[in-house]
Amino acid sequence: MKFTWFNLMPWPYLPDDFREKNRSVWVDIDSKLYDPVRGHVVYNDYLDLLEYADTLGFDGVGINEHHQNGYGLMPSPNIMAAALTRRTSKAAVVVLGNSIALYNPPVRVAEEFAMLDVMSGGRLVAGFPVGTSMDTNFCYGQIPALTREKYAEAHEMIIRAWTEDKPFAFNGRYNKLRHVNIWPKSLQKPHPPIHIPGGGSVETYDFCIDNTYSYSYLSFSGYLRAKALLAGYWDQVVKRNAPDTSPYRAGFAQTVFVAETDEEAERLYSEHAFYFYNRCLHVFAGFADAPGYRTVKTIQSGALNQYGRPEYPKLTWKDLVDGGYIIAGSPETVRQRFEDLIKSLNVGNIFLLLHVGNMPKDLCMYSTKLFAEKVLPHLRNMWPEYADDNRFWCSPLAERALPAPLGPDFAPALASATQPQMVPAK
Amino acid sequence: MIENKTVKTPKGTVEYLEGGSGPDLVFLHGAGGVTADSPFMAALAAKYHVVAPFLPGYGESEDNPEIRDMLDVTLHTFDVLDALGLSKPILVGHSLGGMVAAEMAAVAPNDVDRLCLIAAAGLWIDAYPAPDMFSLLPRELPEYLFHDVQAGTAMMTSNVSMSDPKFLIPFLVRNARQLGMAGKLLFPIPERGLKDRIHRIKAKTVLVWGDSDRMFPAPYAQAFKGGIKGAELVSVPEAGHMVIVEQTPAVMAAIARLG
Repeated sequence: MKFTWFNLMPWPYLPDDFREKNRSVWVDIDSKLYDPVRGHVVYNDYLDLLEYADTLGFDGVGINEHHQNGYGLMPSPNIMAAALTRRTSKAAVVVLGNSIALYNPPVRVAEEFAMLDVMSGGRLVAGFPVGTSMDTNFCYGQIPALTREKYAEAHEMIIRAWTEDKPFAFNGRYNKLRHVNIWPKSLQKPHPPIHIPGGGSVETYDFCIDNTYSYSYLSFSGYLRAKALLAGYWDQVVKRNAPDTSPYRAGFAQTVFVAETDEEAERLYSEHAFYFYNRCLHVFAGFADAPGYRTVKTIQSGALNQYGRPEYPKLTWKDLVDGGYIIAGSPETVRQRFEDLIKSLNVGNIFLLLHVGNMPKDLCMYSTKLFAEKVLPHLRNMWPEYADDNRFWCSPLAERALPAPLGPDFAPALASATQPQMVPAK
Repeated sequence: MIENKTVKTPKGTVEYLEGGSGPDLVFLHGAGGVTADSPFMAALAAKYHVVAPFLPGYGESEDNPEIRDMLDVTLHTFDVLDALGLSKPILVGHSLGGMVAAEMAAVAPNDVDRLCLIAAAGLWIDAYPAPDMFSLLPRELPEYLFHDVQAGTAMMTSNVSMSDPKFLIPFLVRNARQLGMAGKLLFPIPERGLKDRIHRIKAKTVLVWGDSDRMFPAPYAQAFKGGIKGAELVSVPEAGHMVIVEQTPAVMAAIARLG
């Protein structure tokens, strides 16, 4: 199993009456609600938490891209990833991911991901989302009906930029580059492993299967509701004659809270769970799905997660727990439910939302530590028959450079770093 | 009697409505499309030989992923007229259709000699930003479309039951096809450079605007008038963006000014 400690980086100061006074947490959220002075501390805390997860032995630290959004403060996940390459040392840096249709030209993604891969010593796991309609269409102005074609072209350009060893010309419809020749190239060959976040588009299933990419379902509705969608994916894996049904072909995001007892979990975390479901997910319905963003085929398949979306404000703690939206309780409770999740969804990659909403740092560390020490060890070997499947995870260098220590040791380290002398070319 | 027919074009099969007799008139529909039972179609057919081709993705007109932008749609619409053997018809367009008609007249000024633009899209004025029509919920639409919001709401919600999946999925498919196509020209801002070409229009032009148009309010009518040499503006009281259904006789009278 691969467990990634994932942080959406929500804004933790949305007011109590946020729902009543604002129509959406996303796209046209009131910019006056953001305070950069508090934001300075928030970013610092969130990076601390990701770094803490690395010290506890989580397989990955995860971040993603959203725009104009109070629940996710990362318009540029690559900036966060760059910071993480320096102060984490073991965990994969899972950037899930860059919305590749939004980059102009998309070789920018090939370049930045290659930089991150090299900086981290091959610890990058790359993600290529189409992006939500809120981000891609309403914030970044992409024409809904052309988004997927543009995405496909960006994907082709990035993979070619990573894998071809000579400069080439790329004559696309949306991008025309006479000389594609990125420096640096990625460290992992032929390229870093790729995960594709999806929300039930049938085209995305096939795209993952055909390219050996992992399909990630990043739902906030929990694993019980995800069964139908992932069953559809696994049916397609078989139907399309994939060589195996390795659980690492799929990933799932789950909100989780761990305490000493089930009762303590409710007492410590319920207000933060409610903050997340009631404020962070308060998205105006008109931004959910620009017409043309989803294909006709996907609509006809009926896999429209936003319709039939539960009324979060009406859910109690018990509803959230019983409905599997959140997994919360003692280490034993959490372990049991995770076993059920992993087996029933057949997933090898788990993105743990251990930080949720307005959870303070110390509380999040408490929950994270309990998960790392009392839950994670029991779930490590859920898929022994696929222990050697490394197609969907990073392959770091065995010996990696480390940042020089700061303080009194800094000057000697700096001196040693300058020791190799440039030899003038003859 | 208006009939649904189809014709083959280089970019796929196109459905169109045809009816009436008299001078040839081509009507280009707005983002909501047009149907054979539209009272506006009946009014046009009473006086003209009217042909109303559907954009790709509307009705039985084939979706065509190769039609991506303004020029594609403009040339495709000329191809449709060619396929139907229509030469220099009176060209009438409403909203999105007005945008297409204006582009046709600007791109090929010698092929369009009579033009009627009704509440046309295609220009953008920073001081009067048009609403983000693609994020409007169905219940919010009437406010922007009609002078008489209550009557408009009743018109739009008859036979509609969003809670019934049997209705909902075909509704969403139709929306995705139609508005997906419309979005190629209108999303996220309904402007594709017409302002740089509008001066080329030579056609005798009548502009028709509802006084209560809240999609493209009055300054847009003035902007079209300022851009097209000799254009005449007919402002229609007690009408919104859907002036063609709210004040059909006034629109007919305006078209008649083209002779």
